[in-house]
Amino acid sequence: MPRPRYSIFSLARNALAYHQNWTEAWRSPAPKPHYKVIIVGAGGHGLSTAYYLAKEHGITDVAVLDKGWLGGGNVARNTTIVRSDYLFGESIALYDKSLSMWHDLSRELNFNTMFSPRGIVKLIHNRDGQREAERRFNALRLAGVDSEMLTPLQVKRLAPMVDISPGAAHPVLGATLQRRGGIARHDAVAWGYARAADALGVDMIQHCEVTGFRIEGGRVKGVETVQGFIGADAVALVPAGHVGVLAAKAGFRLPIESVTMQAMVSEPVKPCLDTVVMSPIPFSLSQSDKGEFVFGMSTEPYNSYSQRGTLPHIEEISANAVSVLPGLSRLRMLRKWGGVLDVSRDVSPIMGRTPVEGMYVNCGWGTGGFKSIPGSGWAFSHMIAQDRPHDLMLPFGLDRFAAGALIDEHAASGSFEAFK
Amino acid sequence: MLLIECPFCGPRAEVEFRCSGEGHIARPETPENISDEAWADYVYMRTNPKGLHFERWMHQHGCRRWFCVARDTVTHKIRAIYKLGEAKPALDEPKTEGEGA
Ligand SMILES: Cc1cc2nc3c(=O)[nH]c(=O)nc-3n(C[C@H](O)[C@H](O)[C@H](O)COP(=O)(O)OP(=O)(O)OC[C@H]3O[C@@H](n4cnc5c(N)ncnc54)[C@H](O)[C@@H]3O)c2cc1C
Ligand SMILES: [Zn+2]
Repeated sequence: MPRPRYSIFSLARNALAYHQNWTEAWRSPAPKPHYKVIIVGAGGHGLSTAYYLAKEHGITDVAVLDKGWLGGGNVARNTTIVRSDYLFGESIALYDKSLSMWHDLSRELNFNTMFSPRGIVKLIHNRDGQREAERRFNALRLAGVDSEMLTPLQVKRLAPMVDISPGAAHPVLGATLQRRGGIARHDAVAWGYARAADALGVDMIQHCEVTGFRIEGGRVKGVETVQGFIGADAVALVPAGHVGVLAAKAGFRLPIESVTMQAMVSEPVKPCLDTVVMSPIPFSLSQSDKGEFVFGMSTEPYNSYSQRGTLPHIEEISANAVSVLPGLSRLRMLRKWGGVLDVSRDVSPIMGRTPVEGMYVNCGWGTGGFKSIPGSGWAFSHMIAQDRPHDLMLPFGLDRFAAGALIDEHAASGSFEAFK
Repeated sequence: MLLIECPFCGPRAEVEFRCSGEGHIARPETPENISDEAWADYVYMRTNPKGLHFERWMHQHGCRRWFCVARDTVTHKIRAIYKLGEAKPALDEPKTEGEGA
């Protein structure tokens, strides 16, 4: 299915026609009775998995099913921080593969993902934080991944709004900087992958909730959905916060709990911050191209499938941010929202086989799975196509919990609670 | 914000409490005799239901005592509060299927 390419010329041509002639970005076919691969969840990870299955492995008999609309889950609800400054070698390799892919993603998908590598400044406020930062900085440099240590003055030069005076409530002792990191346009990533996968023959089936599985002799035969039964040789579960619900339907449990995380966005103001600032106290923020400040928070304190966060949390995060960037104090907020996250026990992803034959899972990205969308789909498609984990995802199997080989990224995931 | 009835102090605001996740998880009696899988099941695996959830909470900024809460993970409605060691109360599953996104 050849699709017209997006370009400056197609933009001009369509502008002259008053934008009446744009064609749909992907088809909306009725489900076929059987697919080689069914992917459950049309979020970032499900869509990138579908794209790389078709592009890298030539498997195009694929459907991506979503219970809502395509890209209506966490992929559209996150604060879009993209970075690879994790602590352990396994994580650095996986996240950095992804970060490298971000730099070429718009061209790869012929869709402007608005990736802006504006640098990630992670503040240090105390001695413990200093040790954590130095350890992470050294681990990254040993792995050949960019990371810099900043003095308070260097922080001030990059982000003048940050209060570095020694008397501050949370004094700034320095920061780490990852220049290749940045932010992107959330929707564009989902839409870009969907459009590119559709062009290769993948079916996007929206409003098609998976309600159960047909499993015979320990092997998955297909999925029960609100649109009827659909057969499949392989089923890949990529439903983020709802993975526990689907695992229960397939008869197994996961080391995962679902919690809500909130974000909020301010009124637009003149450009005054051109880098991402993260702090472990915690809060994170960046200024969007429209001028809004986008605030990231930490997870809510109990299991939840509600997509709504609590007000005390908003108050806490706002107070934190104002104490470090006092210039924000009179900023007015426009919107806040929440997403249901799949937080694993070591806050690292779970990618690989399940106890059901032919069923694979890619979940547990929790607070930080936007950045990993390209790399995760790339590695996971290899697993589905070859029934063999790609080296990059090998350490992240479900079997690591019984083996005790946890990859505990609590500190590098952004704060000492699960965050980002 | 939730209003939570501490069985020892009475109704207090949510921010005084700490939720410590799924309750009624019994430690295996003889850990030395069970498989790594069974141990991992005890330590790491969770039920994580959408709907009725039986949890342990602590009145952290109050009496600091533990108790049990049966709560709906979609609406956050508290269905029952009872003491540690008591059996799970019999409650019917809420109809949450299809709610939320
Ligand atoms: C407020 C917030 C801020 C965040 N900030 C960042 C950040 O700055 N950087 C970062 O890297 N990450 C961040 N994250 C995390 C990131 O958004 C997620 O880890 C990631 O988006 C999850 O993967 P996904 O895109 O595939 O999930 P989703 O977009 O949630 O996709 C899962 C899909 O599965 C569908 N589904 C579920 N159950 C079923 C079913 N039974 N049948 C059919 N379909 C089903 C859902 O409808 C959904 O569309 C943030 C998350 C939140 C909520
Ligand atoms: Zn009390």
